[in-house]
Amino acid sequence: MIAPGHSLGSVTDKISSIVLRRTTPRGWFIGLGIGLLLVGVLLTAIAELLFKGVGIWGLNNPVGWGFAIINFVWWIGIGHAGTLISAILLLFRQEWRTSINRFAEAMTIFAVMCAGLFPLLHVGRPWLAYWLLPYPNTMALWPQFRSPLLWDVFAVSTYATVSLLFWYIGLIPDFATLRDRAKAKPFKVIYGMLALGWRGAARHWERYETAYLLLAGLATPLVVSVHTVVSFDFAVGIIPGWHATIMPPYFVAGAIYSGFAMVMTLAIPMRKAFGLEDFITLRHLENMAKVILATGLIVAYGYTMEAFFAWYSANPFESSMMSGRMFGHYAWAYWLLIACNIVTPQLLWIKKVRTSVGALFVLALVVNIGMWLERFVIVVTSLSNDFLPSAWDTYAGTRWDWMLYIGTIGLFLTLLFLFIRFLPMISIFEMRTMVPGTSKKEDA
Amino acid sequence: MSQLPILQDGGAGAPVDQLPEPTEAEVRAIREELSGLSGDAYWERLEALSETGPFRRFLARWFPSQAERLRDGVERRDFLRIMGASLAMAGMGACTRQPKETIVPFARTPEYLIPGKPRYFATAFPTGRDALGILVESHMNRPTKVEGNPNHPTSLGSTDAFAQAALLGLYDPDRSQSVLLAGEISTFDDFQTAFRTQLDEAQANAGAGMALLLSDTTSPTVALLLEVLRSRMPRLAIHHWSALHRDAEREAALRLFGRDVEERFDLARARVIAAIDSDPLAFGPGNVRHARDFAAGRKPSSGGMSRLYAIESTDTLTGAAADHRIGCKPSVVEAVVRFLAAELGVDVEVPELDAERTAFARALAADLRSAGSAAVLIGGDSLSADARLLIHRIHAALGCVGTTVEYVEPTTPWQDGAVEAIRSLAGSIRAGEVRTLLILGGNPVYDAPADLDFRSALLDVPFRAHLSTIVDETSELCHWHLPEAHFLESWGDARSLEGSYSILQPLIAPLYGGRSVLELLASLAGEGDSSAYDLVRATWMRRTGLEGREFETLWATSLNDGLVHGAREEAVAVRPRSGVTVTGTFPTTFRGYELSFRADASTLDGSFANNGWLQEAPRPLTRLTWGNAVLMAPMTAEAIGVENGDVVRVSKGERSLEGPVWITPTHPEGSITLHLGYGRTKGGSIANGVGFDAYRLRTGDASWTADGFEIERTGRSEEMASVQDHASMEGRDLVRVTTFDRFKKNPHGTEEHGGEHGEEELSFFPDYEYNGYAWGMVIDLNACIGCSACMVACQSENNIPIVGKTEVARGRELHWIRIDRYFGDEEDGAEVLHQPIPCMHCEKAPCELVCPVGATVHGPEGLNEMVYNRCVGTRYCANNCPYKVRRFNFFKYSDYETESLKLANNPDVTVRSRGVMEKCTYCVQRINHARIQAKEEDRRIADGEAMSACMQVCPTQAIAFGDINDHGSLVAEQRKDPRHYALLEELGTEPRTTYLARVTNPNPSLGKA
Repeated sequence: MIAPGHSLGSVTDKISSIVLRRTTPRGWFIGLGIGLLLVGVLLTAIAELLFKGVGIWGLNNPVGWGFAIINFVWWIGIGHAGTLISAILLLFRQEWRTSINRFAEAMTIFAVMCAGLFPLLHVGRPWLAYWLLPYPNTMALWPQFRSPLLWDVFAVSTYATVSLLFWYIGLIPDFATLRDRAKAKPFKVIYGMLALGWRGAARHWERYETAYLLLAGLATPLVVSVHTVVSFDFAVGIIPGWHATIMPPYFVAGAIYSGFAMVMTLAIPMRKAFGLEDFITLRHLENMAKVILATGLIVAYGYTMEAFFAWYSANPFESSMMSGRMFGHYAWAYWLLIACNIVTPQLLWIKKVRTSVGALFVLALVVNIGMWLERFVIVVTSLSNDFLPSAWDTYAGTRWDWMLYIGTIGLFLTLLFLFIRFLPMISIFEMRTMVPGTSKKEDA
Repeated sequence: MSQLPILQDGGAGAPVDQLPEPTEAEVRAIREELSGLSGDAYWERLEALSETGPFRRFLARWFPSQAERLRDGVERRDFLRIMGASLAMAGMGACTRQPKETIVPFARTPEYLIPGKPRYFATAFPTGRDALGILVESHMNRPTKVEGNPNHPTSLGSTDAFAQAALLGLYDPDRSQSVLLAGEISTFDDFQTAFRTQLDEAQANAGAGMALLLSDTTSPTVALLLEVLRSRMPRLAIHHWSALHRDAEREAALRLFGRDVEERFDLARARVIAAIDSDPLAFGPGNVRHARDFAAGRKPSSGGMSRLYAIESTDTLTGAAADHRIGCKPSVVEAVVRFLAAELGVDVEVPELDAERTAFARALAADLRSAGSAAVLIGGDSLSADARLLIHRIHAALGCVGTTVEYVEPTTPWQDGAVEAIRSLAGSIRAGEVRTLLILGGNPVYDAPADLDFRSALLDVPFRAHLSTIVDETSELCHWHLPEAHFLESWGDARSLEGSYSILQPLIAPLYGGRSVLELLASLAGEGDSSAYDLVRATWMRRTGLEGREFETLWATSLNDGLVHGAREEAVAVRPRSGVTVTGTFPTTFRGYELSFRADASTLDGSFANNGWLQEAPRPLTRLTWGNAVLMAPMTAEAIGVENGDVVRVSKGERSLEGPVWITPTHPEGSITLHLGYGRTKGGSIANGVGFDAYRLRTGDASWTADGFEIERTGRSEEMASVQDHASMEGRDLVRVTTFDRFKKNPHGTEEHGGEHGEEELSFFPDYEYNGYAWGMVIDLNACIGCSACMVACQSENNIPIVGKTEVARGRELHWIRIDRYFGDEEDGAEVLHQPIPCMHCEKAPCELVCPVGATVHGPEGLNEMVYNRCVGTRYCANNCPYKVRRFNFFKYSDYETESLKLANNPDVTVRSRGVMEKCTYCVQRINHARIQAKEEDRRIADGEAMSACMQVCPTQAIAFGDINDHGSLVAEQRKDPRHYALLEELGTEPRTTYLARVTNPNPSLGKA
């Protein structure tokens, strides 16, 4: 769980020094610079969008949803790993989660922020997007509660709130550590305020443990519910390729799959850059690889069942959609998705691959791309090829679509870089419990 | 305070009206004292102020009587109490002013002019060689919609797409707005002065040196004025040119009958119809009535079915509607006509035909023979005079003259053929005989035969003037450009081929001071003092011989009905001269590719090129918008090695053009079709640069078909804006087709699908209850010919903006009703299938369920209603619509800026902005109009009172709309038809818009059935 030779003090020093040291590594500035540059791209794309309308994207009449919804689902999916790691693995007492949970939770929050941008921006009149909220108004108008899009609003906002709280509660003892160790006055003050007067008293710890456990309990159903609700956007629709009962489990598995892949994508370079190999060990990476392999198999089962349903149902619309997906205009996307999400991850059966940092990084990237393609295939191929052949049309993202997508990656990177510079990216107090002989859990 | 000390200072007890005026500074000081105060503070301050000298003087100046009372201590408080407010607001001197613009008080409104209540005026839409009786809807004196005139035999209440789009032509922002002299703004007076010297000179020489060039017109008043001109100036040269001419028909009639006559057809009486390289249902004189009569002759459920054959060198809507269609190269069409003539006993050499065409022609001939007088052959303008002559002889041989065919006087007043006329004009210009040329309408620089090089000839004329609605290619080259009045702006008259006469009445004063052809001819004929109104009346007084009250009655009823009663043109008896034979030898070998020139479904001959509604209406057979294409068969394309959109060069000698290829599976091999009317350079902002100009290859000798062309690839390709990329139904039973024989055996054959007829649909959702009205629509696919009139009518009625070529190419067209076109199997004889798709207004609408803000809801009468205000634009509803009828405003497509286009909008329909979903509403505004009327009269809305725009315009009455709760209604009746079915009914959406299956009537001996 933690490399040998660490004491309580060395763990605290190691992690808090990343935040507290005066000199900032050049790489951090470069990384943040790239992030900010892409945020500029994001703002440009948003300005153009608000000024001209969603027509700047590649949408058309059969294909009313495109990159915006694909990216929304993709980001939300990525966010899933955070909750899973912090809540479910906590409840299951998977202690190896400790070194990656903070960082996965941060990733969750940033991913949900990126995801949240898309539903807001993708509507025709974004300035009226608040009409989706059930707020009291003089016209006594309510949202239409039968619409899955409305369920999305509730699911995603709940998820964002709980994730944020969970993350913050977990940070409080570490804020206190930073407060105590910070040299500069402003940092003392800021960390002090954030620490909410934490003194490490036994009563504090007792209440903290209870609150944390309760929140974990609260967050657990969210892991399942959020992506289930997101999948309802499709499953409730009548469109062949959307209208399938397999959607919810298959979406949840896909979300965890992509979430772990993203954690891996970020963790591997980070442990290298900050010398955290002792905390995020190969064992961690291997465990994550196993989760990826398992969820990847569920996803593969989902793809197989989709194809099976299309054939077994003998529904001409379903089978036409499926053959269109496999051999039509977007066949490249489908087969690339299969290659990325089903074929390549099978390499993880091999222990050598699971323990090779380089291979894991490449595989994680491949899965990230594959999961984006999965959403592309679901959203676009189904819409472009439905009931009346006369209405069939194809879709392709424009440069504005790509700019908005890349822009959100920039936003994600920016927030991430700020996070690793100013907050402890690994839970200090939890890592301390991992030092042999100190863990309360071991004692118990 | 019984004494008022303040009066001592400045006032000195003088009577109030003698107090000196307050100075401006004092008044300002008073205002400042009070400004910014409110409530008690205000009143206290006002009271204190009222005791000062300046205030007293101020009050005395402006309210002497009140100041008088203020002196009286007892009443002063009362006065303050009563008048305080008005003092403060209005009384503080001239604080407020009237607006500096002149405002006009409401005095009285003209009778019948009720805001929100449209009025209808009957007039006619002149279409060159024909006229269509129309009604024009007028809101507060501005025309907003064209409808067919139910009383007029050419229309019977319907119109084609051109008539619908004519309204947009009126408000076209590119219309010329002033007289131009060499491009500089001038006036009609200046033109008259300049022209006077030319006219005087010409008149001195009996008109020599002056020439007129007109386009086709059927106006009796114009004809009369031309006669006057001919008699006054015998040497005045009167020429005419219209690209869509009937020279071959004219020549055939002259040769066979010794006089020019035109054919008019009665398709309702015809049992066997053969359309020979013609498109009588879609184009040319009588098209609207042809379509109506054709549909009337094909009612499988209630009556019989006529049989339609089409032999054609290009794809036409008539061919698409045919039971048997055969595509041939133009030369082979000619051969088929000869073969038919020979089969039917006309003395003509029998040409060689291949086996398929021989069998086709034999079967057709046999069918025609058995139909006898109920047969009819309709030859197109593109046929040779020989073929037209043979068709006359076939008609005579079959005995159908007088039943299905009649001969009438030509509608146009010309004495020579169009090519002959323009050729002689070009000749006389080149010979230096034309010093003054007045071009009244038309655009010869653009559309005259290419071999005449009319452009260079025109430049040789020393004085040239052009009357037209747009400063076009011809205007550019003329000294004078004169703005032409739109037909909705001018008085006139017109004859239809059918024989009826109409008076054209203006709906609106000319927007830009334009003049009509009639007015210019009148001033030329020295009748300049009489208005067009007087001239038209004079014509009709002369023609009817009526005067005084009798004439006034006729005039009033004619204007009201849109038809001059008792003035129908009767058939003329003509006798074929004996011994007339087909003179031309039949050419047996052809070089290169053959080519057909055709009028375009959107631009016609180019005159509608600047009409956005038409440009964006997909061409019915290719589904292309915004441009023309080199149409060819798949085999031809393969031979050349091109695909859709590849640009090819079509050339013959020095003449060539480049255009993109479009492949249609029904096009005959070895020939190509070019549609006229594109490639405009000065046609207006819509027309310019759209498509290629096919006139560049069109010579006087080969107006319609030509041969010897070479086609080569250029290696480039162009984006084509097609609205439908997929032409196969993929085996889905979307358009259901059966044959008449099968239908007679099993009328319900097209009805079943999955669930049994009449079985209750299983649904988790409770059914809605409709105790009042329940609106529904039935579309008869057997009647629909795919003409697009409904699409343009809907666009006009519902303020649907055009989106332009790029947006259409991206798949973002906004039409609320579209006409899907599929290529079917030939088993049922139906190769081309049309299916109009408006909103289905589903009972269990998938769109309603998914909208997160409730912007699309189920109305109490079953309408699926769109609430634009509430829509935030998630587009979820459009995604979830299985019929894909929802349209999204991806940008701000509606024109909020152009003033003239605002006038074209229907005030009853919201203009949609960016980010909002829209779709067919079943013309809910029309339902509500009918509802108001019915409520006023305390009754239910009667059937036919609330007509959707598509239903009203449909030339074949394919669309029935009404209340399905009313068991006597047309729509309820049609829902009981055995051909009735719902599109995609297996989805359980329970659509309110349903269909009647198409029935074909193939000839058993042709073996396809």
